Amino acid sequence: MNSQLSVLIGRRFLAACTSLAFVIVTVFAITNILPGDATDALLGQGATPEAITAMRHNLGLDQPVFVRFWVWLWGVLHGEFGHSLLNGLSVADVIGPRLHNSLLLAGASAAISVPVSLFLGITSAIWKDTVYDRVISIMTLGMVSVPEFVIATTAVYVFAVRLHLLPALADVGSVHSLRQFLAAFFMPVASLALVTLAQMVRMTRAAMVDTLSAPYIEMALLKGVGPARLILVHAIPNAIGPIINAVALSLSSLLGGVVVIEVVFTYPGIAGLMVDAVSSRDVPTVQACALVFCVTYLLLTTFADIVTILSLPRGRKA
Amino acid sequence: MIVMFGKLRSKHDRAVLLIAFWILLALLGPLCSSHDPGAIGMQPVFSGPSMAHLLGTDYLGRDTLARLLNGIRHTVLLCFASTLFSCSVGTFLGIAAVTSRVWVEAVTGRLADGFLSIPSLLFALLVIAVFGTSTGALIMTMGIIYTPGAYRTSRALAQRIARLDFVTVARARGESTPYIILQEILPNMAGPMIADVGLRFIYSVLLLSNLSFLGIGVQPPEVDLGSMVRENMLGMAYGSPAMIVPVIVIAVLTVGINLALDSSSGKR
Repeated sequence: MNSQLSVLIGRRFLAACTSLAFVIVTVFAITNILPGDATDALLGQGATPEAITAMRHNLGLDQPVFVRFWVWLWGVLHGEFGHSLLNGLSVADVIGPRLHNSLLLAGASAAISVPVSLFLGITSAIWKDTVYDRVISIMTLGMVSVPEFVIATTAVYVFAVRLHLLPALADVGSVHSLRQFLAAFFMPVASLALVTLAQMVRMTRAAMVDTLSAPYIEMALLKGVGPARLILVHAIPNAIGPIINAVALSLSSLLGGVVVIEVVFTYPGIAGLMVDAVSSRDVPTVQACALVFCVTYLLLTTFADIVTILSLPRGRKA
Repeated sequence: MIVMFGKLRSKHDRAVLLIAFWILLALLGPLCSSHDPGAIGMQPVFSGPSMAHLLGTDYLGRDTLARLLNGIRHTVLLCFASTLFSCSVGTFLGIAAVTSRVWVEAVTGRLADGFLSIPSLLFALLVIAVFGTSTGALIMTMGIIYTPGAYRTSRALAQRIARLDFVTVARARGESTPYIILQEILPNMAGPMIADVGLRFIYSVLLLSNLSFLGIGVQPPEVDLGSMVRENMLGMAYGSPAMIVPVIVIAVLTVGINLALDSSSGKR
Protein backbone atom coordinates (compact mmCIF):
# COMPACT_ATOMS: atom_id res chain seq x y z
CA MET A 1 0.00 0.00 0.00
CA ASN A 2 1.47 3.37 -0.91
CA SER A 3 1.18 6.55 1.09
CA GLN A 4 -1.08 8.32 -1.40
CA LEU A 5 -3.65 5.57 -0.94
CA SER A 6 -3.53 5.71 2.85
CA VAL A 7 -3.98 9.48 2.69
CA LEU A 8 -7.10 9.01 0.55
CA ILE A 9 -8.50 6.38 2.89
CA GLY A 10 -7.64 8.46 5.93
CA ARG A 11 -9.44 11.45 4.43
CA ARG A 12 -12.51 9.29 3.69
CA PHE A 13 -12.41 7.98 7.26
CA LEU A 14 -12.32 11.55 8.60
CA ALA A 15 -15.28 12.46 6.41
CA ALA A 16 -17.18 9.49 7.85
CA CYS A 17 -16.43 10.70 11.38
CA THR A 18 -17.71 14.19 10.49
CA SER A 19 -20.88 12.66 9.09
CA LEU A 20 -21.28 10.60 12.25
CA ALA A 21 -20.97 13.72 14.39
CA PHE A 22 -23.49 15.48 12.14
CA VAL A 23 -25.92 12.58 12.43
CA ILE A 24 -25.64 12.45 16.23
CA VAL A 25 -26.17 16.20 16.59
CA THR A 26 -29.07 16.18 14.08
CA VAL A 27 -30.85 13.30 15.81
CA PHE A 28 -30.54 15.07 19.14
CA ALA A 29 -31.43 18.51 17.75
CA ILE A 30 -34.54 17.40 15.88
CA THR A 31 -35.89 15.52 18.84
CA ASN A 32 -35.23 18.44 21.20
CA ILE A 33 -36.50 21.26 19.02
CA LEU A 34 -40.10 21.03 20.21
CA PRO A 35 -41.50 23.83 22.36
CA GLY A 36 -43.32 21.38 24.60
CA ASP A 37 -41.48 18.37 25.92
CA ALA A 38 -41.95 14.83 27.12
CA THR A 39 -43.75 15.97 30.28
CA ASP A 40 -46.76 17.19 28.29
CA ALA A 41 -47.06 13.82 26.64
CA LEU A 42 -46.55 11.91 29.92
CA LEU A 43 -48.79 13.88 32.26
CA GLY A 44 -51.53 14.96 29.86
CA GLN A 45 -53.45 18.20 29.84
CA GLY A 46 -54.67 18.13 33.42
CA ALA A 47 -51.20 18.27 34.96
CA THR A 48 -50.56 20.82 37.69
CA PRO A 49 -47.57 23.17 37.27
CA GLU A 50 -45.97 21.58 40.38
CA ALA A 51 -46.23 18.09 38.87
CA ILE A 52 -44.69 19.33 35.62
CA THR A 53 -41.79 20.98 37.46
CA ALA A 54 -41.15 17.83 39.48
CA MET A 55 -41.32 15.66 36.39
CA ARG A 56 -39.00 17.95 34.45
CA HIS A 57 -36.52 17.75 37.30
CA ASN A 58 -36.75 13.96 37.41
CA LEU A 59 -36.13 13.65 33.69
CA GLY A 60 -33.35 16.23 33.79
CA LEU A 61 -35.25 18.51 31.42
CA ASP A 62 -34.62 21.61 33.56
CA GLN A 63 -30.92 21.43 32.60
CA PRO A 64 -29.52 23.57 29.77
CA VAL A 65 -29.49 22.01 26.29
CA PHE A 66 -25.72 21.46 26.23
CA VAL A 67 -25.76 19.59 29.53
CA ARG A 68 -28.63 17.40 28.31
CA PHE A 69 -26.79 16.71 25.05
CA TRP A 70 -23.68 15.73 26.98
CA VAL A 71 -25.60 13.44 29.33
CA TRP A 72 -27.40 11.85 26.37
CA LEU A 73 -24.20 11.38 24.37
CA TRP A 74 -22.43 9.90 27.40
CA GLY A 75 -25.26 7.41 27.77
CA VAL A 76 -25.24 6.52 24.07
CA LEU A 77 -21.49 5.88 24.17
CA HIS A 78 -22.11 3.44 27.04
CA GLY A 79 -25.01 1.72 25.30
CA GLU A 80 -27.61 3.52 27.44
CA PHE A 81 -30.38 5.01 25.31
CA GLY A 82 -32.69 6.02 28.13
CA HIS A 83 -36.13 4.63 28.87
CA SER A 84 -39.15 4.32 26.61
CA LEU A 85 -41.78 6.98 27.29
CA LEU A 86 -44.42 4.37 26.54
CA ASN A 87 -43.68 1.57 28.97
CA GLY A 88 -40.62 2.72 30.95
CA LEU A 89 -38.50 -0.20 29.74
CA SER A 90 -34.85 0.40 28.97
CA VAL A 91 -34.62 1.16 25.24
CA ALA A 92 -31.37 -0.78 24.92
CA ASP A 93 -33.04 -3.94 26.31
CA VAL A 94 -35.98 -3.61 23.90
CA ILE A 95 -33.77 -2.99 20.89
CA GLY A 96 -31.28 -5.81 21.52
CA PRO A 97 -33.30 -8.90 20.47
CA ARG A 98 -35.11 -6.95 17.75
CA LEU A 99 -31.82 -5.79 16.24
CA HIS A 100 -30.81 -9.44 16.07
CA ASN A 101 -34.03 -10.29 14.18
CA SER A 102 -33.54 -7.40 11.76
CA LEU A 103 -29.94 -8.33 11.05
CA LEU A 104 -31.08 -11.90 10.37
CA LEU A 105 -33.69 -10.63 7.90
CA ALA A 106 -31.32 -8.21 6.19
CA GLY A 107 -28.46 -10.71 6.11
CA ALA A 108 -30.57 -13.49 4.60
CA SER A 109 -31.96 -11.13 1.93
CA ALA A 110 -28.49 -9.86 1.06
CA ALA A 111 -27.22 -13.45 0.79
CA ILE A 112 -29.89 -14.09 -1.86
CA SER A 113 -29.97 -10.76 -3.70
CA VAL A 114 -26.20 -10.15 -4.05
CA PRO A 115 -25.28 -13.27 -6.09
CA VAL A 116 -28.50 -13.16 -8.13
CA SER A 117 -28.12 -9.49 -9.03
CA LEU A 118 -24.41 -9.87 -9.81
CA PHE A 119 -25.30 -12.64 -12.25
CA LEU A 120 -28.20 -10.72 -13.84
CA GLY A 121 -26.32 -7.42 -13.96
CA ILE A 122 -23.13 -8.81 -15.48
CA THR A 123 -24.89 -11.04 -18.02
CA SER A 124 -27.23 -8.28 -19.17
CA ALA A 125 -24.24 -5.96 -19.62
CA ILE A 126 -22.47 -8.61 -21.71
CA TRP A 127 -25.54 -9.23 -23.86
CA LYS A 128 -26.36 -5.52 -24.02
CA ASP A 129 -29.30 -4.54 -26.25
CA THR A 130 -30.53 -8.11 -26.66
CA VAL A 131 -34.08 -9.18 -25.76
CA TYR A 132 -32.70 -10.60 -22.48
CA ASP A 133 -31.18 -7.23 -21.56
CA ARG A 134 -34.32 -5.32 -22.53
CA VAL A 135 -36.57 -7.56 -20.44
CA ILE A 136 -34.32 -7.24 -17.38
CA SER A 137 -33.97 -3.47 -17.85
CA ILE A 138 -37.71 -2.91 -18.09
CA MET A 139 -38.51 -5.21 -15.17
CA THR A 140 -35.90 -3.64 -12.89
CA LEU A 141 -36.94 -0.11 -13.90
CA GLY A 142 -40.52 -1.04 -13.02
CA MET A 143 -39.46 -2.44 -9.66
CA VAL A 144 -37.31 0.57 -8.81
CA SER A 145 -40.22 2.88 -9.63
CA VAL A 146 -42.82 1.39 -7.30
CA PRO A 147 -42.80 1.82 -3.52
CA GLU A 148 -41.46 -1.12 -1.51
CA PHE A 149 -44.84 -2.03 -0.08
CA VAL A 150 -46.23 -2.72 -3.56
CA ILE A 151 -43.74 -5.55 -4.05
CA ALA A 152 -44.39 -6.92 -0.57
CA THR A 153 -48.19 -6.81 -0.85
CA THR A 154 -48.08 -8.32 -4.34
CA ALA A 155 -46.00 -11.17 -2.95
CA VAL A 156 -48.53 -11.70 -0.16
CA TYR A 157 -51.37 -11.60 -2.66
CA VAL A 158 -49.81 -14.17 -4.96
CA PHE A 159 -48.28 -16.65 -2.49
CA ALA A 160 -50.55 -16.38 0.54
CA VAL A 161 -53.95 -15.33 -0.81
CA ARG A 162 -54.06 -16.92 -4.27
CA LEU A 163 -51.80 -19.96 -3.96
CA HIS A 164 -52.19 -20.61 -0.19
CA LEU A 165 -48.54 -21.67 -0.10
CA LEU A 166 -47.21 -19.56 2.75
CA PRO A 167 -48.52 -17.65 5.76
CA ALA A 168 -48.91 -13.91 5.26
CA LEU A 169 -47.40 -13.08 8.67
CA ALA A 170 -43.93 -13.88 9.95
CA ASP A 171 -44.56 -15.86 13.15
CA VAL A 172 -40.95 -15.90 14.28
CA GLY A 173 -41.81 -16.93 17.84
CA SER A 174 -43.03 -20.44 17.02
CA VAL A 175 -40.13 -21.70 14.96
CA HIS A 176 -39.27 -25.29 15.91
CA SER A 177 -38.49 -27.05 12.65
CA LEU A 178 -36.84 -26.21 9.36
CA ARG A 179 -40.25 -26.24 7.68
CA GLN A 180 -41.64 -23.68 10.08
CA PHE A 181 -38.47 -21.65 9.75
CA LEU A 182 -38.81 -21.54 5.98
CA ALA A 183 -42.53 -20.76 6.21
CA ALA A 184 -41.93 -17.88 8.63
CA PHE A 185 -38.93 -16.35 6.90
CA PHE A 186 -39.45 -17.08 3.22
CA MET A 187 -41.91 -14.31 2.40
CA PRO A 188 -40.21 -11.40 4.22
CA VAL A 189 -36.76 -12.45 3.04
CA ALA A 190 -37.86 -12.99 -0.56
CA SER A 191 -39.74 -9.66 -0.70
CA LEU A 192 -36.80 -7.75 0.78
CA ALA A 193 -34.42 -9.49 -1.63
CA LEU A 194 -36.64 -8.47 -4.55
CA VAL A 195 -36.76 -4.86 -3.34
CA THR A 196 -32.95 -4.57 -3.23
CA LEU A 197 -32.37 -6.75 -6.29
CA ALA A 198 -33.69 -4.28 -8.85
CA GLN A 199 -31.46 -1.43 -7.69
CA MET A 200 -28.42 -3.68 -7.51
CA VAL A 201 -28.94 -5.18 -10.98
CA ARG A 202 -29.21 -1.72 -12.53
CA MET A 203 -26.07 -0.43 -10.83
CA THR A 204 -24.06 -3.59 -11.53
CA ARG A 205 -25.09 -3.48 -15.18
CA ALA A 206 -24.10 0.18 -15.45
CA ALA A 207 -20.67 -0.50 -13.90
CA MET A 208 -20.07 -3.45 -16.23
CA VAL A 209 -21.26 -1.60 -19.34
CA ASP A 210 -18.88 1.19 -18.43
CA THR A 211 -15.95 -1.22 -18.22
CA LEU A 212 -16.87 -3.02 -21.43
CA SER A 213 -16.83 0.23 -23.38
CA ALA A 214 -13.24 1.01 -22.33
CA PRO A 215 -10.59 1.17 -25.09
CA TYR A 216 -8.52 -1.71 -23.68
CA ILE A 217 -11.49 -4.06 -24.08
CA GLU A 218 -11.74 -3.10 -27.74
CA MET A 219 -7.98 -3.60 -28.01
CA ALA A 220 -8.25 -7.10 -26.52
CA LEU A 221 -11.09 -7.87 -28.91
CA LEU A 222 -8.99 -6.69 -31.86
CA LYS A 223 -6.08 -8.85 -30.67
CA GLY A 224 -8.41 -11.82 -31.06
CA VAL A 225 -9.12 -12.64 -27.40
CA GLY A 226 -12.03 -15.09 -27.06
CA PRO A 227 -15.31 -13.95 -25.43
CA ALA A 228 -14.88 -15.98 -22.21
CA ARG A 229 -11.31 -14.79 -21.68
CA LEU A 230 -12.32 -11.24 -22.57
CA ILE A 231 -14.96 -11.18 -19.84
CA LEU A 232 -13.19 -13.17 -17.13
CA VAL A 233 -9.62 -11.93 -17.53
CA HIS A 234 -9.95 -8.46 -19.02
CA ALA A 235 -13.31 -7.05 -17.96
CA ILE A 236 -14.30 -8.48 -14.57
CA PRO A 237 -11.05 -7.74 -12.65
CA ASN A 238 -11.37 -4.09 -13.69
CA ALA A 239 -15.09 -3.91 -12.99
CA ILE A 240 -14.86 -5.44 -9.51
CA GLY A 241 -14.28 -2.13 -7.71
CA PRO A 242 -17.27 -0.31 -9.24
CA ILE A 243 -19.42 -3.42 -8.83
CA ILE A 244 -18.66 -3.81 -5.11
CA ASN A 245 -19.32 -0.10 -4.75
CA ALA A 246 -22.68 -0.58 -6.49
CA VAL A 247 -23.56 -3.53 -4.25
CA ALA A 248 -22.70 -1.68 -1.03
CA LEU A 249 -24.72 1.35 -2.10
CA SER A 250 -27.71 -0.82 -3.00
CA LEU A 251 -27.48 -2.59 0.32
CA SER A 252 -28.08 0.77 1.93
CA SER A 253 -31.40 0.90 0.08
CA LEU A 254 -32.13 -2.31 1.96
CA LEU A 255 -32.54 -0.12 5.05
CA GLY A 256 -35.57 1.61 3.54
CA GLY A 257 -36.95 -1.74 2.43
CA VAL A 258 -36.53 -3.26 5.88
CA VAL A 259 -38.87 -0.66 7.40
CA VAL A 260 -41.73 -1.48 5.02
CA ILE A 261 -41.20 -5.26 4.96
CA GLU A 262 -41.17 -5.53 8.75
CA VAL A 263 -44.48 -3.69 8.99
CA VAL A 264 -46.18 -5.64 6.17
CA PHE A 265 -45.26 -9.01 7.70
CA THR A 266 -45.43 -7.80 11.34
CA TYR A 267 -41.86 -9.00 11.66
CA PRO A 268 -40.50 -8.29 15.17
CA GLY A 269 -37.51 -6.19 14.12
CA ILE A 270 -36.07 -2.79 14.96
CA ALA A 271 -37.68 -1.00 12.01
CA GLY A 272 -41.18 -2.07 13.00
CA LEU A 273 -40.37 -0.90 16.51
CA MET A 274 -39.30 2.48 15.16
CA VAL A 275 -42.52 2.95 13.14
CA ASP A 276 -44.59 2.14 16.25
CA ALA A 277 -42.47 4.55 18.29
CA VAL A 278 -43.00 7.27 15.67
CA SER A 279 -46.77 6.77 15.78
CA SER A 280 -46.78 7.05 19.58
CA ARG A 281 -44.06 9.74 19.58
CA ASP A 282 -41.85 7.73 21.89
CA VAL A 283 -38.80 9.95 21.38
CA PRO A 284 -36.02 7.97 23.18
CA THR A 285 -36.89 4.85 21.20
CA VAL A 286 -37.00 6.82 17.93
CA GLN A 287 -33.62 8.38 18.73
CA ALA A 288 -31.99 5.03 19.44
CA CYS A 289 -33.45 3.31 16.35
CA ALA A 290 -32.50 6.25 14.13
CA LEU A 291 -28.93 6.14 15.44
CA VAL A 292 -28.64 2.40 14.81
CA PHE A 293 -29.92 2.82 11.25
CA CYS A 294 -27.79 5.87 10.44
CA VAL A 295 -24.62 4.23 11.74
CA THR A 296 -25.31 1.11 9.64
CA TYR A 297 -25.93 3.29 6.59
CA LEU A 298 -22.75 5.25 7.24
CA LEU A 299 -20.71 2.03 7.57
CA LEU A 300 -22.06 0.75 4.25
CA THR A 301 -21.42 3.95 2.30
CA THR A 302 -17.95 4.37 3.82
CA PHE A 303 -17.15 0.76 2.95
CA ALA A 304 -18.33 1.39 -0.62
CA ASP A 305 -16.10 4.44 -0.97
CA ILE A 306 -13.05 2.72 0.51
CA VAL A 307 -13.49 -0.19 -1.93
CA THR A 308 -13.61 2.33 -4.77
CA ILE A 309 -10.41 3.97 -3.56
CA LEU A 310 -8.67 0.57 -3.24
CA SER A 311 -9.74 -0.44 -6.74
CA LEU A 312 -8.18 2.65 -8.35
CA PRO A 313 -5.62 1.39 -10.86
CA ARG A 314 -2.85 3.62 -9.52
CA GLY A 315 -3.30 2.04 -6.09
CA ARG A 316 -3.03 -1.51 -7.35
CA LYS A 317 0.44 -1.12 -8.84
CA ALA A 318 2.19 -0.36 -5.60
CA MET B 1 -39.11 32.44 -20.55
CA ILE B 2 -39.66 31.57 -24.22
CA VAL B 3 -36.14 30.19 -24.38
CA MET B 4 -36.86 28.03 -21.33
CA PHE B 5 -40.04 26.71 -22.85
CA GLY B 6 -38.30 25.91 -26.10
CA LYS B 7 -35.77 23.80 -24.20
CA LEU B 8 -38.50 21.86 -22.41
CA ARG B 9 -40.19 21.03 -25.67
CA SER B 10 -37.03 19.72 -27.23
CA LYS B 11 -35.90 17.32 -24.51
CA HIS B 12 -38.27 16.40 -21.77
CA ASP B 13 -41.59 17.16 -23.41
CA ARG B 14 -43.07 13.77 -22.60
CA ALA B 15 -42.15 13.90 -18.91
CA VAL B 16 -43.43 17.48 -18.60
CA LEU B 17 -46.70 16.59 -20.34
CA LEU B 18 -47.15 13.56 -18.08
CA ILE B 19 -46.62 15.57 -14.90
CA ALA B 20 -48.99 18.24 -16.22
CA PHE B 21 -51.57 15.52 -16.90
CA TRP B 22 -51.34 14.20 -13.34
CA ILE B 23 -51.63 17.69 -11.85
CA LEU B 24 -54.68 18.36 -14.00
CA LEU B 25 -56.18 15.04 -12.90
CA ALA B 26 -55.45 15.97 -9.28
CA LEU B 27 -57.18 19.34 -9.65
CA LEU B 28 -60.18 18.27 -11.72
CA GLY B 29 -60.54 14.56 -10.90
CA PRO B 30 -62.55 14.87 -7.67
CA LEU B 31 -65.14 17.00 -9.54
CA CYS B 32 -65.81 14.15 -11.97
CA SER B 33 -67.32 11.76 -9.44
CA SER B 34 -70.89 12.26 -8.21
CA HIS B 35 -70.20 10.25 -5.04
CA ASP B 36 -69.05 11.80 -1.78
CA PRO B 37 -65.68 10.18 -0.94
CA GLY B 38 -66.50 10.22 2.78
CA ALA B 39 -70.13 9.02 2.63
CA ILE B 40 -70.64 5.67 4.36
CA GLY B 41 -73.76 4.26 2.70
CA MET B 42 -75.87 1.17 2.85
CA GLN B 43 -73.74 -0.58 0.23
CA PRO B 44 -71.93 -3.82 1.06
CA VAL B 45 -68.21 -3.48 1.83
CA PHE B 46 -65.56 -4.56 -0.70
CA SER B 47 -68.15 -5.02 -3.45
CA GLY B 48 -66.90 -5.50 -6.99
CA PRO B 49 -67.38 -3.06 -9.88
CA SER B 50 -70.98 -2.19 -10.76
CA MET B 51 -72.83 0.55 -12.65
CA ALA B 52 -73.46 2.51 -9.43
CA HIS B 53 -69.86 2.13 -8.23
CA LEU B 54 -67.52 1.81 -11.18
CA LEU B 55 -64.64 0.53 -9.06
CA GLY B 56 -66.71 -1.06 -6.30
CA THR B 57 -66.69 -0.01 -2.65
CA ASP B 58 -64.02 0.05 0.05
CA TYR B 59 -63.82 -1.37 3.60
CA LEU B 60 -66.53 0.99 4.86
CA GLY B 61 -68.72 0.70 1.77
CA ARG B 62 -67.55 4.04 0.33
CA ASP B 63 -67.24 4.59 -3.40
CA THR B 64 -63.72 3.55 -4.45
CA LEU B 65 -63.53 5.77 -7.53
CA ALA B 66 -64.40 8.91 -5.57
CA ARG B 67 -61.80 8.04 -2.94
CA LEU B 68 -59.23 7.18 -5.58
CA LEU B 69 -59.63 10.57 -7.28
CA ASN B 70 -59.24 12.25 -3.88
CA GLY B 71 -56.22 10.09 -3.12
CA ILE B 72 -54.58 11.10 -6.40
CA ARG B 73 -55.24 14.73 -5.51
CA HIS B 74 -53.43 14.44 -2.16
CA THR B 75 -50.52 12.37 -3.43
CA VAL B 76 -49.84 14.47 -6.53
CA LEU B 77 -50.33 17.91 -5.00
CA LEU B 78 -48.41 17.17 -1.78
CA CYS B 79 -45.51 15.70 -3.70
CA PHE B 80 -45.47 18.42 -6.32
CA ALA B 81 -45.45 21.12 -3.65
CA SER B 82 -42.54 19.47 -1.85
CA THR B 83 -40.69 18.97 -5.14
CA LEU B 84 -41.12 22.64 -6.02
CA PHE B 85 -39.74 23.52 -2.60
CA SER B 86 -36.71 21.25 -2.79
CA CYS B 87 -35.85 22.10 -6.40
CA SER B 88 -36.19 25.87 -6.02
CA VAL B 89 -34.27 26.00 -2.73
CA GLY B 90 -31.73 23.54 -4.13
CA THR B 91 -31.26 25.55 -7.33
CA PHE B 92 -30.94 28.79 -5.38
CA LEU B 93 -28.29 27.33 -3.06
CA GLY B 94 -26.52 25.58 -5.95
CA ILE B 95 -26.17 28.80 -7.94
CA ALA B 96 -25.24 30.71 -4.80
CA ALA B 97 -22.47 28.18 -4.11
CA VAL B 98 -21.02 28.72 -7.58
CA THR B 99 -21.36 32.49 -7.87
CA SER B 100 -20.59 33.71 -4.33
CA ARG B 101 -17.58 33.49 -2.07
CA VAL B 102 -15.77 30.23 -1.43
CA TRP B 103 -17.03 29.78 2.12
CA VAL B 104 -20.66 29.62 0.90
CA GLU B 105 -19.85 26.55 -1.15
CA ALA B 106 -17.85 25.03 1.71
CA VAL B 107 -20.69 25.45 4.22
CA THR B 108 -23.56 24.36 1.93
CA GLY B 109 -21.53 21.47 0.56
CA ARG B 110 -20.73 20.11 4.04
CA LEU B 111 -24.37 20.50 5.11
CA ALA B 112 -25.58 18.63 2.01
CA ASP B 113 -23.06 15.84 2.66
CA GLY B 114 -24.29 15.59 6.22
CA PHE B 115 -27.97 15.40 5.26
CA LEU B 116 -27.24 12.84 2.56
CA SER B 117 -25.63 10.59 5.17
CA ILE B 118 -29.09 10.04 6.71
CA PRO B 119 -31.33 7.64 4.71
CA SER B 120 -34.43 9.49 3.48
CA LEU B 121 -37.10 7.25 5.01
CA LEU B 122 -35.26 7.37 8.35
CA PHE B 123 -35.02 11.15 8.26
CA ALA B 124 -38.74 11.34 7.49
CA LEU B 125 -39.56 9.06 10.44
CA LEU B 126 -37.40 11.17 12.75
CA VAL B 127 -38.97 14.47 11.70
CA ILE B 128 -42.53 13.12 11.74
CA ALA B 129 -42.01 11.72 15.24
CA VAL B 130 -41.44 15.30 16.37
CA PHE B 131 -43.53 17.50 14.09
CA GLY B 132 -46.46 15.19 13.45
CA THR B 133 -48.27 14.44 10.21
CA SER B 134 -50.00 17.69 9.28
CA THR B 135 -50.02 18.52 5.56
CA GLY B 136 -47.53 21.35 6.06
CA ALA B 137 -45.19 19.14 8.07
CA LEU B 138 -45.27 16.43 5.41
CA ILE B 139 -44.53 18.87 2.57
CA MET B 140 -41.67 20.46 4.53
CA THR B 141 -40.25 17.08 5.55
CA MET B 142 -40.14 15.79 1.99
CA GLY B 143 -39.01 19.17 0.68
CA ILE B 144 -36.04 19.28 3.05
CA ILE B 145 -35.13 15.64 2.41
CA TYR B 146 -34.72 16.16 -1.34
CA THR B 147 -33.12 19.62 -1.20
CA PRO B 148 -29.49 18.36 -0.84
CA GLY B 149 -29.88 16.21 -3.96
CA ALA B 150 -31.33 19.08 -6.00
CA TYR B 151 -28.56 21.32 -4.65
CA ARG B 152 -25.87 18.94 -5.86
CA THR B 153 -27.41 18.62 -9.33
CA SER B 154 -27.83 22.35 -9.79
CA ARG B 155 -24.37 23.11 -8.39
CA ALA B 156 -22.78 20.70 -10.85
CA LEU B 157 -24.76 22.23 -13.73
CA ALA B 158 -24.00 25.81 -12.71
CA GLN B 159 -20.30 25.01 -12.28
CA ARG B 160 -20.13 23.66 -15.81
CA ILE B 161 -22.01 26.59 -17.32
CA ALA B 162 -20.09 29.24 -15.36
CA ARG B 163 -16.87 28.05 -17.00
CA LEU B 164 -18.21 28.47 -20.54
CA ASP B 165 -17.13 31.27 -22.85
CA PHE B 166 -20.39 33.18 -23.02
CA VAL B 167 -20.32 33.69 -19.24
CA THR B 168 -16.73 34.94 -19.43
CA VAL B 169 -17.78 37.28 -22.25
CA ALA B 170 -20.71 38.57 -20.19
CA ARG B 171 -18.34 39.19 -17.26
CA ALA B 172 -15.92 41.00 -19.56
CA ARG B 173 -18.81 43.12 -20.85
CA GLY B 174 -19.22 44.20 -17.23
CA GLU B 175 -22.59 42.59 -16.60
CA SER B 176 -23.69 42.32 -12.98
CA THR B 177 -23.83 38.97 -11.16
CA PRO B 178 -27.69 38.98 -11.00
CA TYR B 179 -27.79 39.54 -14.78
CA ILE B 180 -25.39 36.68 -15.41
CA ILE B 181 -27.37 34.37 -13.14
CA LEU B 182 -30.78 35.24 -14.62
CA GLN B 183 -29.85 35.68 -18.28
CA GLU B 184 -26.91 33.36 -18.82
CA ILE B 185 -26.83 30.57 -16.23
CA LEU B 186 -30.48 29.89 -15.34
CA PRO B 187 -31.90 29.53 -18.89
CA ASN B 188 -29.17 27.06 -19.74
CA MET B 189 -29.83 25.01 -16.60
CA ALA B 190 -33.57 24.75 -17.19
CA GLY B 191 -33.59 21.65 -19.39
CA PRO B 192 -31.53 19.36 -17.13
CA MET B 193 -33.25 20.77 -14.02
CA ILE B 194 -36.63 19.70 -15.45
CA ALA B 195 -35.35 16.12 -15.50
CA ASP B 196 -34.27 16.58 -11.90
CA VAL B 197 -37.74 17.89 -10.95
CA GLY B 198 -39.28 14.79 -12.53
CA LEU B 199 -36.96 12.46 -10.63
CA ARG B 200 -37.53 14.18 -7.30
CA PHE B 201 -41.27 14.14 -7.92
CA ILE B 202 -41.10 10.35 -8.30
CA TYR B 203 -38.94 10.04 -5.17
CA SER B 204 -41.46 12.05 -3.16
CA VAL B 205 -44.39 10.01 -4.48
CA LEU B 206 -42.56 6.84 -3.41
CA LEU B 207 -41.67 8.28 -0.01
CA LEU B 208 -45.15 9.68 0.71
CA SER B 209 -46.83 6.44 -0.38
CA ASN B 210 -44.52 4.45 1.87
CA LEU B 211 -45.11 6.79 4.82
CA SER B 212 -48.89 6.72 4.38
CA PHE B 213 -48.82 2.97 3.96
CA LEU B 214 -46.97 2.75 7.29
CA GLY B 215 -49.71 4.90 8.86
CA ILE B 216 -47.51 7.95 9.48
CA GLY B 217 -48.24 9.95 6.34
CA VAL B 218 -51.59 11.42 5.31
CA GLN B 219 -54.11 10.76 8.11
CA PRO B 220 -57.85 9.97 7.86
CA PRO B 221 -60.32 11.47 7.04
CA GLU B 222 -57.95 12.67 4.28
CA VAL B 223 -56.77 9.97 1.94
CA ASP B 224 -53.84 9.48 -0.42
CA LEU B 225 -52.83 6.51 -2.54
CA GLY B 226 -50.61 4.93 0.13
CA SER B 227 -53.13 5.24 2.97
CA MET B 228 -55.83 3.88 0.64
CA VAL B 229 -53.82 0.69 0.23
CA ARG B 230 -53.28 0.56 3.98
CA GLU B 231 -56.93 0.93 4.99
CA ASN B 232 -58.11 -1.62 2.42
CA MET B 233 -55.52 -4.31 3.15
CA LEU B 234 -58.28 -6.65 4.35
CA GLY B 235 -59.84 -6.46 0.90
CA MET B 236 -56.82 -8.25 -0.51
CA ALA B 237 -58.38 -11.61 0.35
CA TYR B 238 -61.36 -10.75 -1.89
CA GLY B 239 -59.24 -9.26 -4.67
CA SER B 240 -61.03 -5.97 -4.01
CA PRO B 241 -60.37 -3.10 -6.47
CA ALA B 242 -60.25 -0.77 -3.44
CA MET B 243 -56.85 -2.23 -2.55
CA ILE B 244 -55.51 -3.17 -5.98
CA VAL B 245 -56.40 -0.07 -8.04
CA PRO B 246 -54.38 2.46 -5.93
CA VAL B 247 -51.34 0.16 -6.20
CA ILE B 248 -51.74 0.15 -9.98
CA VAL B 249 -52.18 3.94 -10.07
CA ILE B 250 -48.96 4.50 -8.09
CA ALA B 251 -47.10 2.15 -10.43
CA VAL B 252 -48.49 3.83 -13.58
CA LEU B 253 -47.61 7.29 -12.22
CA THR B 254 -44.01 6.52 -11.25
CA VAL B 255 -43.11 4.05 -14.00
CA GLY B 256 -44.61 6.37 -16.64
CA ILE B 257 -42.59 9.41 -15.60
CA ASN B 258 -39.47 7.28 -15.17
CA LEU B 259 -39.81 5.86 -18.67
CA ALA B 260 -40.44 9.31 -20.16
CA LEU B 261 -37.30 10.67 -18.44
CA ASP B 262 -35.31 7.59 -19.44
CA SER B 263 -36.21 7.88 -23.11
CA SER B 264 -35.43 11.61 -23.27
CA SER B 265 -32.03 11.18 -21.58
CA GLY B 266 -31.21 8.37 -23.98
CA LYS B 267 -31.90 10.57 -27.01
CA ARG B 268 -29.36 13.20 -26.04
